[in-house]
Amino acid sequence: MPDRPPDRERIVITGIGLTSPNGNCLQDFRASLLAGQSGVVPFTTRYMGEVLAGVCNFDELKYQKRKEVRRGTRAGSISVYCANEAIANSGIDWEQTDRSRVGVYIGTTEHGNVETENEIYEISKFDYDTSVWSHHHNPRTVANNPPGEVTLNMGITGPHLALGAACAAGNAGLIQAVQMLRLNEVDLAIAGGVSESIHTFGIFASFQSQGALARHEDPTKACRPFDLDRSGIVVAEGGGLCTLERLPDAIARNATIYGEIVGYAMNSDASDFVLPNSNRQAECIGLALKRADLAPCDIDIVSSHATATGQGDIEESAALRKAFGDESRPVINNTKSFIGHAMGAAGALELLGNLPAFDDGIAHATINLDRPDPECALSQIVANEPLDLGNVDCILNNSFGMLGINSVVIVKNYV
Amino acid sequence: MNPDEIRLVILDILASIAPDEDLSNLDDDVAFREQMELDSMDFLDIVMELRKRYRVQIPEDEYIQLGTMSSTVEYLVPMLRDVQSLA
Repeated sequence: MPDRPPDRERIVITGIGLTSPNGNCLQDFRASLLAGQSGVVPFTTRYMGEVLAGVCNFDELKYQKRKEVRRGTRAGSISVYCANEAIANSGIDWEQTDRSRVGVYIGTTEHGNVETENEIYEISKFDYDTSVWSHHHNPRTVANNPPGEVTLNMGITGPHLALGAACAAGNAGLIQAVQMLRLNEVDLAIAGGVSESIHTFGIFASFQSQGALARHEDPTKACRPFDLDRSGIVVAEGGGLCTLERLPDAIARNATIYGEIVGYAMNSDASDFVLPNSNRQAECIGLALKRADLAPCDIDIVSSHATATGQGDIEESAALRKAFGDESRPVINNTKSFIGHAMGAAGALELLGNLPAFDDGIAHATINLDRPDPECALSQIVANEPLDLGNVDCILNNSFGMLGINSVVIVKNYV
Repeated sequence: MNPDEIRLVILDILASIAPDEDLSNLDDDVAFREQMELDSMDFLDIVMELRKRYRVQIPEDEYIQLGTMSSTVEYLVPMLRDVQSLA
């Protein structure tokens, strides 16, 4: 068994900023998750007409001038909002913070598609004259645009990185932050994931061509992980960023500690472009547990990745059975059933929405689970109504993505 | 378009690229950059908008003509003389 790490290698979450289709701060997001409040609505996208999507309504001008919004990207605005909210929530004296020691690590599924589609549409109105292609296209589409906009907005001169990790990206951002803090590269990290994906028609069209785009006459019932009547993915936008610090630094400033990241793992399926692999997913879960020095029975809540595609749900269910057996704990819930698939933000949002369980002892549900798919066969799923567990100490967050990228983060209550 | 109409067009472009600025007291004979937060990318937006709206191609070595409102209007008058105002 691994030794407990020295305190300077223990990394804690001390501030949270988020925007989700059903809440623009942790308190509202959590309230929506406990109330069964969906954030999925009809949404009009270029060329395709009406689709369903998770749409955020945060105030972009809370932390940006109108000119900054115009100059940048939606992913940038989401990042700026969440980063500022996280710093405000952390109680850190930002004016006195050495910003050369702050790192920004933001996971994204993709970046640049929105701007490229917009520019092609724009030049189509000029007979494809490329002289009207925007000079803003390059700074808007470089992969580091979202975290870069955060540094510009907040005067951060430490490192910034976008972590391209498909739909495992939210966890990947957090993991990068943990590693950089342990390496003493930074003293404070702002990390998580963001998504602007609903503003590209291509992601909807591609899922549609794949036969994996959800449709339902009632938008709130469209995303149905583990349910026999699922019809595919609901694309969402959103962002979830948190401040992470080394434990002694957080204690020294008497910070509120939302939880400690005690374990993480990432691996690759090496088996298919789009189809997941339960064996590799189970290995990823096992590696995270081993690093955390935890047994499967120590986990209270598994925040599942399931996206409401047949193959995805079934493979993750198989991975969870391999990793956890058929015990009553951990219970398993799912956030996408409420908000859709927030892509790069998914892993972060899904973890952050579960963290209040350390205080209230409640596992929020997986909604829209009316006819459980027998091929998923998970007895521990929290179906449709929240479950009062009494006490929650450990949450394990799954996040998997295309090209076979898997990520797992385990957060433990800090007491 | 006459000079007054061209001035309104430039004001409209400036309002779109610098939406936080108050343009009501713009001095036509003082450089835009001395009165507003305009960087080189914003400046290129002025060139781009003129290209999109009126198909005006401004050579790079003539960008200097777009320094103030007065010089901009004066520079554009011969180019836009035959263009109908949209206002």
